[in-house]
Amino acid sequence: MSLAFVVVFVIASFLGAEVIAKVPATLHTPLMSGSNAISGITILGAIVVAGAVEAPWAKWLGVAAVVLATINVVGGFLVTDRMLEMFKPRERPASAEPTSSGKAS
Amino acid sequence: MTETLVTLAYLVAASLFIVGLKRLGSPRTARAGNRLAAIGMLIGVVAAVLSERILNPVELAAGLLVGGAIGVMLARRTALTEMPELVAAFNGFGGAASSLVAGAEVFKLASEGEGTLAALPALVIGLSILIGNVTLTGSFLAVGKLRGSVSSNGFPGLRIVSVLVGLGTVGSLALMTMGGTAEAAVPGLAALAVLALVLGVLLVLPIGGADMPVVVALLNAYSGLAAAATGFVLSNYALVVSGALVGASGLILTRIMCEAMNRSLANVLLGGFGAEASTSTASGDGEAQPVRATTADDAAVMMAYAGRVVIVPGYGLAVAQAQHEVRELADLLQKEGVEVSYAIHPVAGRMPGHMNVLLAEANVPYDQLIEMDEINPEMGQIDVALVVGANDVVNPGARDDPGSPIYGMPVINVDEAGQVVVLKRSMRTGYAGIENPLFHKPNTQMLFGDAKETIKAVVGELKALQAA
Repeated sequence: MSLAFVVVFVIASFLGAEVIAKVPATLHTPLMSGSNAISGITILGAIVVAGAVEAPWAKWLGVAAVVLATINVVGGFLVTDRMLEMFKPRERPASAEPTSSGKAS
Repeated sequence: MTETLVTLAYLVAASLFIVGLKRLGSPRTARAGNRLAAIGMLIGVVAAVLSERILNPVELAAGLLVGGAIGVMLARRTALTEMPELVAAFNGFGGAASSLVAGAEVFKLASEGEGTLAALPALVIGLSILIGNVTLTGSFLAVGKLRGSVSSNGFPGLRIVSVLVGLGTVGSLALMTMGGTAEAAVPGLAALAVLALVLGVLLVLPIGGADMPVVVALLNAYSGLAAAATGFVLSNYALVVSGALVGASGLILTRIMCEAMNRSLANVLLGGFGAEASTSTASGDGEAQPVRATTADDAAVMMAYAGRVVIVPGYGLAVAQAQHEVRELADLLQKEGVEVSYAIHPVAGRMPGHMNVLLAEANVPYDQLIEMDEINPEMGQIDVALVVGANDVVNPGARDDPGSPIYGMPVINVDEAGQVVVLKRSMRTGYAGIENPLFHKPNTQMLFGDAKETIKAVVGELKALQAA
């Protein structure tokens, strides 16, 4: 473990804060569940432990971690997609772009 | 696969996460953003599988299949009204996985020859287990609270017990780091794992159900930090970067939720809310104030002849699952030429953005949802404000009454609208147990009953009006 990881961690934290800061409230739930799926990244470590380690204790802990992390990743991305599928702008085919956030007609 | 290639693949994955998160910030690009992040994850998984000589292909494949199947089932089958619970549960799984990987690392070291474990790596492994396990039990307790199956807000002496358990975790962390070998770290690790599980329960227990948006956002941050800590353990850049991203985004959401309630994070976490509220209700006016009740047909007529109607949804809408009925009502009113919009308070419901998801399910276009800060200056021009299952977020006491326990919390100023119709099951106080002066205002009328049934009745009256 080297200092480089600390540097990367700090910079990535600032980056994350910067990227997220302007998300409208409408998207808070999908954002949370999407970022939650990303935190399932721990699946990478779980795969290495479960797949490539012979020590029995370590291996089975790794397999359990793979199961849990996969639930997190697969479920997280799918449910986020399911939610976002429902977020639609006004259907009315107005003359202008339907994306312009006009007021209710 | 060479190490360089694997690291490059991880870099690609991390970049896709960043771009994906960025795109999640706008309704039009959000779905594509989520898919980009999923592709990034797939690239990372493939690289991880190819990076090592796989000795246990059967176990690994079985783990992936079982987890994948459960994930698909949960994501497909869970009702949208249960999203807060599901997101909290996924947080818990992620935290547990990070903790298990860190624990497995110790056993792996112990099985390898001399198995030295220096103090710093041991400390990082311990932190990963600590955060991961707190996330696990904290999340599942939050699920229980969201479901309403856990109503306890603690027991006498909870804080003392929490402090003792906290000290215990610090002690076992120290024990882990002092052994020098992986073998010697196991007892400390076991104690730490158990104490951290208990700590997760103790930390969430005192927090009231209404504060769950903050808790869910915070646990989201924890699950990211647990992944990052595991990344330090494994020297894996992908985990460190992604964990940091999620940690930062979760903390930002947490801050947004706290600001929306005008409370500090410490105040939320210590659960000081319930205690304050109970004393204040006791010192209330004492005398029962008058309340004006109305009927479905009166409410229907009032709204049908209004120019602008604003619907203010709250947790009661989710409980009654009345989002489709509300949408039908809005459609009928729009047919009458009434301008309808929805006013969304940032902490309405039980998770950040809860109302937006519910209304999206009922096909309400997102540009019809207006945030509190935008709608408040226009409140004076609104003819009818229809409050559906919201209470504390429309409490004018938060604005006017310095004695109110929620004084200072930004609220939607529905009382400034011409008429206010409040849909409510009974005169019981809201989640925070606070008296709501809105109900006694002269321009407020109460429409008692289950939100779904009541709105159905109003819709029926509107249809009758339009047919006539």
